[in-house]
Amino acid sequence: MVARFMSLKEAVASCVKDGDTISMEGFTHLIPHAAGHEIIRQGIKDLTLIRMTPDMIYDQLIGAGCAKKLIFSWGGNPGVGSLHRLRDAYEKSWPTKLEIEEHSHAAMANAYDAGAAGLPCAVFKGYRGAELPRVNPNIKFIECPFTGESLAAVPAIRPDVTVVHAQKANKKGDILFEGIVGVQKEAVLAAKKSIITVEEIVDDFGDISPNAVMLPNWAVTAIVEVPGGAHPSYAQGYYKRDNAFYKAWDPIARDREAFQAWLEEHVINGGPEDFAAKREANKG
Amino acid sequence: MVEYTPTEMMTVSAARALKNDDVCFVGIGMPSAACNLARLTHAPDITLIYESGTIGTKPDVLPLSIGDGELCETAVNTVAVPEMFRYWLQGGKISVGFLGAAQLDKYGNINTTVIGDYDNPKVRLPGGGGAPEIATSCGEVFLVMKQSKRGFVEKIDFVTSLGHGKGGDDRASYGVDTKGPSRLITDLCIMEPHPVGKQFVVTSIHPGVTREEIIENTGWDVEFADEVAETAIPSEKELQVLRELHARTAKAHGDQQ
Repeated sequence: MVARFMSLKEAVASCVKDGDTISMEGFTHLIPHAAGHEIIRQGIKDLTLIRMTPDMIYDQLIGAGCAKKLIFSWGGNPGVGSLHRLRDAYEKSWPTKLEIEEHSHAAMANAYDAGAAGLPCAVFKGYRGAELPRVNPNIKFIECPFTGESLAAVPAIRPDVTVVHAQKANKKGDILFEGIVGVQKEAVLAAKKSIITVEEIVDDFGDISPNAVMLPNWAVTAIVEVPGGAHPSYAQGYYKRDNAFYKAWDPIARDREAFQAWLEEHVINGGPEDFAAKREANKG
Repeated sequence: MVEYTPTEMMTVSAARALKNDDVCFVGIGMPSAACNLARLTHAPDITLIYESGTIGTKPDVLPLSIGDGELCETAVNTVAVPEMFRYWLQGGKISVGFLGAAQLDKYGNINTTVIGDYDNPKVRLPGGGGAPEIATSCGEVFLVMKQSKRGFVEKIDFVTSLGHGKGGDDRASYGVDTKGPSRLITDLCIMEPHPVGKQFVVTSIHPGVTREEIIENTGWDVEFADEVAETAIPSEKELQVLRELHARTAKAHGDQQ
């Protein structure tokens, strides 16, 4: 089935339901913040959130009470400090209890790749001498049938839904990613359904390399045009990372009341249309 | 008389550990400053790689995150993250991994996961990220970290990333054939692993630092090499380039609102 263009509200309502396993990827770049806000607004609960670097987007979803479990490999606000909502949920069960499953980046990158490739698990040279296998039963070691070498294995990531942000869709619904492309393509191909928010919808992509990172329209489910939809992350060619807001997030997230006030003002009473102004403010 | 801070001494010493023909996997924070200082001084052709997939990047300002746009815009090539970890890191293409730590033991084993018990931590740290595999797949590992009794401990609370394990040949018993931590640069001194036991030994002391200070700021019994060098002070050029780099970085990260 070919992708459909729809509103963000319709995309989240039709693709994401309570209890789903969801991956919202973007490695610093192209993080789908506007879609995260919509999931919070729709009050979706009991999600298993998967993401290599939970970052501010999952701090918000966790603080808003959308998550029951987090699968991740690096949980901080890069260059700033802790993710306070994540820590509050994990350490003090506020607003609800949060279970964690922790991996390394290499494990998760391999697990997405395995998910996209239709494999049940990923096999790689990892976790050697490391202690995570002691506390995470989803890390095992297998023997190479040819050489006898011990290799790490983790289950493939197969989300119910993957949500990512990209620069462009064309009128047919093909998607173009540029810059730091992270694990987005793998995460979409590993999932049963996908929502792609884009900076703009264009007639055609023009003169791009035949090797550009793309997803054809039949490989994605829903496409939504949300200019600025990655803010305070960035979209290369459109706007810069709002590093000042990543720093400003620290005191907001540190305090439950400050967080709830922020959530009420900017998410509950906000909408995807608010992001366009952020894009303008961070051009440069 | 050139004036400098202990942190500047550390960053400069860390930068000097890198060679012009190194291919270096860069950790965020202190390693990133050191690696870019090396590139802007004695190692202009060094290949810096960040785990966001940027290969051969030459940022004008230090990234706040490992995926800042500056890294991609100045890179030779940007690849997907699975390719970065599979082909480039696991494939053995990277000569040096440059890492920091929250806790470190005398064998260079790294903790960036938790302080206290894993299930009931006193402090929950960000976690391993790329480090567990950087520590085992890079040709060798340089560590940079400010020295303190809290950070330099006899036994780390969690082994996030393997150093020399329990010392001696223990690292190899995990099937790891890379060198592991070969240099630890702090704000007080430089340590290198003992050739046999693999425990860190102080091989160079920064000017003005005493042996007592090093002992007081270390949680394990400090060993000194038979011949301990005095680290060369930062040159005016090194300090100027480092300070300009930090000034550009502060301006770039503060002015974006």
